[in-house]
Amino acid sequence: MLRWVPAVTLLLFLGPVAAGLVGTWLPAFGVLPALGGTEFSLAPWRRLLAEPGLVTSIRLTLGTGFAAAIVSLALVLAFLAACHGTRPVVAVRRLLAPLLAVPHVAVAIGFAFLASPSGWAARAVSPWLTGWERPPDIATVPDPWGIALVCGLVLKEVPFLLLMTLAALGQVPADRTLAVARSLGYGPATAWFKTVLPLVWPQIRLPVYAVLAYSLSVVDMALVLAPGTPPPLAPRVLRWFSDPDLSRQFVAAAGAGLQFLLVVGAIGLFHGGERLAAFLGRRWIAAGGRGHGERGGRIAATGAMGIVFAVGLLGMLGMAIWSVARRWRWPDVLPSVWSPGNWARQADALAWPGWTTVSVALAAALIAIALVLGCLENEQRTHVTPGSRALWLIYAPLLAPQIGFLFGVQVLLVASGLDGRWAALVWGHLLFVLPYVFLALAGPWRRLDERYARTALCLGASPGRVFWRVKLPMLLRPVLFALAVGFAVSVGEYLPTVFAGGGRYATLTTEAVSLAAGGDRRVIGVYAFLQALLPWLGFTLAIAVPAWLYRRRHGMKAFTA
Amino acid sequence: MSGDGSLVLDGVTVALDGATLIAGLDLAVAPGEIVTVMGPSGSGKSTLLAWLCGAADPAFRIAGRATLDGADITGLPPEARRVGILFQDDLLFPHLSVGGNLAFGLPPGLAGPERRARIEAALEEAELPGFADRDPATLSGGQRARIALMRTLLAAPKALLLDEPFSRLDAALRDRIRCFVFGHATERGLPVLLVTHDPDDARAAGGKVVEIG
Repeated sequence: MLRWVPAVTLLLFLGPVAAGLVGTWLPAFGVLPALGGTEFSLAPWRRLLAEPGLVTSIRLTLGTGFAAAIVSLALVLAFLAACHGTRPVVAVRRLLAPLLAVPHVAVAIGFAFLASPSGWAARAVSPWLTGWERPPDIATVPDPWGIALVCGLVLKEVPFLLLMTLAALGQVPADRTLAVARSLGYGPATAWFKTVLPLVWPQIRLPVYAVLAYSLSVVDMALVLAPGTPPPLAPRVLRWFSDPDLSRQFVAAAGAGLQFLLVVGAIGLFHGGERLAAFLGRRWIAAGGRGHGERGGRIAATGAMGIVFAVGLLGMLGMAIWSVARRWRWPDVLPSVWSPGNWARQADALAWPGWTTVSVALAAALIAIALVLGCLENEQRTHVTPGSRALWLIYAPLLAPQIGFLFGVQVLLVASGLDGRWAALVWGHLLFVLPYVFLALAGPWRRLDERYARTALCLGASPGRVFWRVKLPMLLRPVLFALAVGFAVSVGEYLPTVFAGGGRYATLTTEAVSLAAGGDRRVIGVYAFLQALLPWLGFTLAIAVPAWLYRRRHGMKAFTA
Repeated sequence: MSGDGSLVLDGVTVALDGATLIAGLDLAVAPGEIVTVMGPSGSGKSTLLAWLCGAADPAFRIAGRATLDGADITGLPPEARRVGILFQDDLLFPHLSVGGNLAFGLPPGLAGPERRARIEAALEEAELPGFADRDPATLSGGQRARIALMRTLLAAPKALLLDEPFSRLDAALRDRIRCFVFGHATERGLPVLLVTHDPDDARAAGGKVVEIG
């Protein structure tokens, strides 16, 4: 049975992506029998191109997407180059988990609470510095250029890229390489860029592409932070899909097709940029410069990273405070009256979406971990390790824009009568949970010294017993951590819920997005804070349970630290 | 010579990427005998042991036959071979107590009190009575090596393979652990195959020495 797991897993999450792409491209060319489209036509594209402000939407999408990805990458590389092996890296590593755990929507709302005209930032300097007696009438969140969206994306992508780069650094001889380069007279950051970056780049290339693809096609954060007239392409396509005029579905499908092309083109362009950077980089390395003026760069990189973390954590704190604020008048920095009343009043409204969120997330994460464990165990028993190309398959659902294929998935669900069911929702989430769970677990699982398993086998234990009694308990922490990752990913999903839930299921995320358009920050604070709290609880348990279970097993430190 | 308890290798050839590492090795290890295989690293001696316990890396092409106590074990899965192995690291399971590690080696089917008695007896033999509830990480290198041997012996193997098990121990300890391992293995009448690159190991084993590579 085990040997079928990889095939089933691939089918479960690549099948829908492929079918979804087909189910989106056919209507884009007029074919959708359910709505009377039976003939191939270019009309949807003509109507799409005639949409007012389409060029503005595309410009906004490309501008914010590239800016967010490049700023995030530059920040992470500059920081790690400047601070490799020093205390700021240790501090950042420690603060990484809480920021990683927070869903995109909660980050966006937290940032909006900070940066809006009546937000914390303005309050902190008013009126003594600014003279503002009331919140200023300037558009900061959202702003017409999408700067707020770029900031929100950077807050979320910097921790992700940091995590992936730190993991990649752990797998290359970074310290020795740096020591050699520095002994040849290179400054630390210059040495890092010239000798360590080329080692880790192949391992972070796909995560960087995923970040770029995500930034170009983000919907939930854009609904909170991006301008609305017109919005970037992805949220605009969603708007067309949800238009009561069903003939707009064809325009939406063409828009989804365009979104897909934009992402593919952007990744191609980025890849070209990579080649150019590699060419220039080789010349830069060959020129032999040892680097100067690194001190200033180090201060700037550390400072910028500090700001990213401070803004992210302050956003969370802001949401928490708003959720228990009764009266918080401008320009007070803190509420004048505190009360848990917001929570009590929302308790009934929270119960159903809260339950949906938790049950779907648990189901998706558990199914994902079972499939991933099956794949990894099968790989070790058959000694067939998938090559680097398989990694592209795993990244496929993360690289393809969600809006580009989820409509096709919905068509599929409707056709099979599954849409709007709880199981469909779980499946929709599984598409995005699976790759992250795999990425989180594959490394630690493959790194376990195989001689433990061999020893256990030679002691007469069956492969099944070795799995349950040796590998699983030894790798309990990474397994629970991967489970928490899957849970967090599911809690934060917006579009899969919208498309697979058939409008019948609301989660904390979909509720938070629709509330964010309204004005009551106390209610938004409750939803956003709870939405951030759930993944955080998951990660806390994933770390605390093995630490407690193995509190008297010091040898497990290597596996639980 | 069936059923006399010997470990017999018959024309074993080990190749990697077309290069032959071991060519047609014939070897018989009688019960209670210690045969030493010596060779530099990369000579395929560890692969030979991995193949004997059924866990060779499939990258190696290995031909030949192995019989234990008259039965062909070549095609058997590792857990059915009854071949115990010790590596240079003790590989005690870090998530189990010392007693838990020993219990892992003990075959199923024994009643609870009997299991506990067997574990306590093994601890006595390892000169570590009362250590059942200890965390293996709190033991010294020599203590861990003794527990690792006891865990292997509790699984009632019919042969013992030693993959440079003494190389990580410091010199003073090495002699004592060597005596301990060899003593217990010969006392139980096990055929022992030792691979090493340390001539002292071969001298202490006092048996036949086969050079490869």
